[in-house]
Order: sequence, then structure tokens, then C-alpha cells
Amino acid sequence: MDLVKFVEDQAVEKKPASAFKAGDTISVHYKIREGAKERIQIYQGVVIQRNGVGTTETFTVRKMSNGIGVERIFPFNSPNIEKVEINSFGKVRRAKLFYLRELTGKASRIKTKRI
Amino acid sequence: MSGIIGKKVGMTSIFDAEGKNIPCTVIEAGPCVVTQLRTSEIDGYTAIQLAFDDKKEKNTSGPLKGHFEKAKTTPKRKLVEFKTFVDVKSLGDTVTVEIFAEGDFVDVVGTSKGKGFQGVVKRHGFAGVGGQTHGQHNRLRAPGSLGASSWPSKVFKGIRMAGRMGGDRVKVQNLQVMKVYAEQNLLVVSGSIPGAKGSYVIVDK
Repeated sequence: MDLVKFVEDQAVEKKPASAFKAGDTISVHYKIREGAKERIQIYQGVVIQRNGVGTTETFTVRKMSNGIGVERIFPFNSPNIEKVEINSFGKVRRAKLFYLRELTGKASRIKTKRI
Repeated sequence: MSGIIGKKVGMTSIFDAEGKNIPCTVIEAGPCVVTQLRTSEIDGYTAIQLAFDDKKEKNTSGPLKGHFEKAKTTPKRKLVEFKTFVDVKSLGDTVTVEIFAEGDFVDVVGTSKGKGFQGVVKRHGFAGVGGQTHGQHNRLRAPGSLGASSWPSKVFKGIRMAGRMGGDRVKVQNLQVMKVYAEQNLLVVSGSIPGAKGSYVIVDK
């Protein structure tokens, strides 16, 4: 597996480690290319998991859009992510918050950590 | 056309120029040595024989030792003939991964992973029996009829049935070369290739 790691180190530009965890609310500033134009779309929601390690790590962000749950998986090292803003730190007892999928409205709130 | 022998190392994913996440396979390809030149006068056809991956001399048979000595090289594990080669080489030359460039399209030949004895649904993509009602039970993945009764009253040759699956020679065409690392003899192609990690593959340009 050493050679695979070599390719990953060479070919993928690693981003500095970010401190967000499952339960945190974040805004992902995502670059979108339309022809020659480029604009930035902000996707805000709750991180429900961080998956994988190294250059292939991903994170899943869940939000309610017009009453419908939407989940989006971002590669952590994607060059299309301009920046990740942490809006609030959540207080949760799990690393994967799949139980949020069954909850809506008041029940799906997450306690925030005071820092 | 030219090619090289390699070994499948594993899979990962890298980002292309647009920022798309592309699944890739890493191949340790070459350096290969030209061990024989087939000529139409002697062999009736022209080809180049390449050898790859060192092995111990004590594990090499006498005739093969002599064969490798002719090309002034150490014994190798894998020998493959290539029918056409763009720039004709001479005996003892090495072929490295540098014959490929980023953006090239290549074909990869390998031996697929053995799947054992499999039914028709997995082996031939049969649909199985649809529902669970209409009186049917215990035949969810059955092949159905093999042939009719009065005519032809036999099973035609080549009817697709259950059996051994996998372990076949498989060619995957038009994989794009994403990266070439000449120093490490590494080739990164987009997509997946047949076989297990560590199995030999042939990369054709």
C-alpha cells in the first residue's frame, strides 16, 4: 500500500486539518463552474459524519431544504471547496449521526457547545 | 502500438483539473527487458518479447536461464509477446513507463478475480423469477426453461447455465492515463482494472 500512498501524496494537495466534527453546523463555500464563469455556492447544514482517512476523506452535511432532507457528501481535499466555515459546535455523543434522518423539526435540534 | 507489463498495486482517487474526484488504479509498470525478437524468417511472424519482475536464479529452469542470458538480463517471472511496437527495439533494451504520457488512452488486460461456481443471475445477468406470488416458490434465481419439449427436444449447445465464473482474461479499453511517475515506475489510470492486487496486467497503448 506504500505505492498507493505515494501517489496520493504526490497527486492530491492536502488541506490543513479542520477541527469540525459530527454535530457541528458548517457552511461549505463550494465553487461552481458554469461555462467560463465561476461562482460560489454556500451549503449550510449539520455534519453527520466524517468518513475515511488521508487524501480520500469525505464528510457528509445534512440540511432540511423546504421540508425535505438533503445530504451532500464532500471530499475533504476537494479543490472546489473554497473554505469551510464553522457556525456552531454541536454537543453530541456519537461520531455518526444517522439517527437524525428519522427526526424532523424540534426533535432534530442539536445542543450547542459553549466555548 | 506499444505496451508494457505491470502489476496492479491498488486503487485510490485523485482530483482532475476541474476538481472532479476520479477513481484511479495504480499500476507498477516495468521496467521491462526485451528478451527475444520474433522475426518472420524464423518464427513466421514478427513480435517483441518483454520480461518483467525479477525472480531468483535458483527458481529458474536451465533452459530459461539460457534464454535470459542471451538478453544479458536477470531471470524474470513474466514473459509477454507484443505483436506491434512503435519503435523497434533490440535485444536487451529496457522499456519503461515513460512510453506513456498523461492524457493517453490505454487498454489494460488482466485476469479477473475467481468467483467460484455461480448461478445464472450473477454469471450471465439473468433476471431470475420476478415476483413471489402466482404460485411460485423456491425458484427465485432459477434459469427457467433450457429448451422446448417436442421441438427441439434437446438442449442446444452453448445455452447459458450456472458454472465457474471469473479467472478469465479480461480487457478494459480506453482508460485515461492520469499520472506517470517514471522514477517509481508507476502508472495511474482512471477507473478499475481486472484482477487482484499484485496480479500481472498488460498495458497497451
